[in-house]
Amino acid sequence: MMIFLIQCGFYASVLLFILGLKRMSHPSTAHAGIRWAGAGMVVAVVATVFLPEIDQSRYILILVAVMTGSILAWVSGKRVAMTDMPQMVALYNGMGGGSAACIGAIALMQTTGQESIHLTPTALVLGLLGSVIGAISFSGSLIAFAKLQGWMDKRYMFPGQHQFNVLLMIAIAVLGVMIFREPQMGLIGLFFGLSLLLGLSMTLPIGGADMPVVISLYNAFTGLAVAFEGYLLMSQGGVAAAGGIALIIAGMVVGAAGTLLTQLMAKAMNRSLFNVLFGSMSSAGSAAIEGSMKEVQANDAGVMMAFAERVVIVPGYGMAVAQAQHKIWELCQKLIDRGVKVRFAIHPVAGRMPGHMNVLLAEAGVPYDLIEDMEDINAEFDQTDVTLVIGANDVVNPVARTDEGSPIYGMPILDADHSRNVIVIKRGKGTGFAGIENALFFADNCRMLYGDGQEMAGKLIQSLKQL
Amino acid sequence: MDTFIALYIFMLAGFTGYEIIGRVPVILHTPLMSGSNFVHGIVLVGAMIALGHAHSLAEQIIGFIAVVLGAGNAAGGYVVTERMLEMFRSSKDRGASS
Repeated sequence: MMIFLIQCGFYASVLLFILGLKRMSHPSTAHAGIRWAGAGMVVAVVATVFLPEIDQSRYILILVAVMTGSILAWVSGKRVAMTDMPQMVALYNGMGGGSAACIGAIALMQTTGQESIHLTPTALVLGLLGSVIGAISFSGSLIAFAKLQGWMDKRYMFPGQHQFNVLLMIAIAVLGVMIFREPQMGLIGLFFGLSLLLGLSMTLPIGGADMPVVISLYNAFTGLAVAFEGYLLMSQGGVAAAGGIALIIAGMVVGAAGTLLTQLMAKAMNRSLFNVLFGSMSSAGSAAIEGSMKEVQANDAGVMMAFAERVVIVPGYGMAVAQAQHKIWELCQKLIDRGVKVRFAIHPVAGRMPGHMNVLLAEAGVPYDLIEDMEDINAEFDQTDVTLVIGANDVVNPVARTDEGSPIYGMPILDADHSRNVIVIKRGKGTGFAGIENALFFADNCRMLYGDGQEMAGKLIQSLKQL
Repeated sequence: MDTFIALYIFMLAGFTGYEIIGRVPVILHTPLMSGSNFVHGIVLVGAMIALGHAHSLAEQIIGFIAVVLGAGNAAGGYVVTERMLEMFRSSKDRGASS
């Protein structure tokens, strides 16, 4: 009876995960979706506790470990600011990958020594694969976290790095074959050591701008690793096999979904996945731009917007860093009250992850029906009177359409330059994340409003109040 | 036979994941990535099973780490996703609540 209930528990948890993810894919049901998935997790964990395979003398150890991990993560997740969300996702994802690698390590260790267990060849291969992928995801995600957190802003490269990575992969593959033939403690240790090193060495040279794609990729990696380790558990039979199946399904769903999401992101940045991982972005070679940047005062900019019919706001990560989103929304509400049609235009890679900007705007209270994707808004720029660009740079750079020598050539951009007037709020005259001069800033219909995003938004609100 | 059943499961689960994400608006990409990050927190179950029948001290230590990491993945993933999704409202909801 107990066993039947446990089986039902795992079945229900998988069902809840899939239905939860399904609900998460629509804005109005998304919040309920995560609750469904959360319920699934609770059911699965409770079912696991009652598994006959779990030695009762381990209950305390398991309880302490679960409490330690979840309390630390829960508190840090509650405290983190919305702008720092991407690195937290990277961190938690890395933990999952590490956990999967540990499961593989334990199973491999148990195949050595006297009281060894027997694994089928398929289970052994998938267990090894899951371990490598999990370990890469673990060390790689930690580097991604450190980079986004600003702990290491440089890109660490050394000559022959790609060859080094290829050699590492070969070494890991050879070790894997040797372990497959005859498991030995020393080999297993080396196998995991090299896998962790590969994760480090793959991620270190990747620049901050590409990190979102990398995090998404490692998210898919962890999913795959979890699915493979799930097979390992399933192949050992018993009631715990049901838990293994839950791991396979949940992990595989995430693996596939994550791969698709990674492709969508890479496409939005006009870079292939191969390019992100093995290429390096060149910052030289773009043509110099003629003309000068023309400055505007906040009062005049405010008047321009107040008497416009249609205004489009193009926010970038700079807005979030300046914590200007609340002020910007206040400004928009003032404009809407005056009868101005206001829309937000979001580039697929605005922020540090696709959709990150939507989250930040949502935090400020912007309703999601005012927010438009790039494909939907681009045709509307021709009829737009004023486009306000705040904290965005490369995603509105027309060079991407015209200059074949530019590193961002071919990247889809927001056609802000097509609107009648453009106002750019910017801290100083420097270049953007990719280090490329922005032709938009030199255009005749563009005016620069220099200053801190939040302060300038405040001044714009002031100028509207005075009208 | 078991191997083939597993292969079917792998395949169908893969399609499910692909289908779920396929028609998602960009605005939900970040929450969804975070949400799928939470879902692979199911690794906690595997970690608990592994620790539950670990024998040697080394195995128990690694098992303990696995459970801590897995629990962190699950709990952290949930909190972060739930915080993000809590903020999504349409202008209609907002009018009703304020």
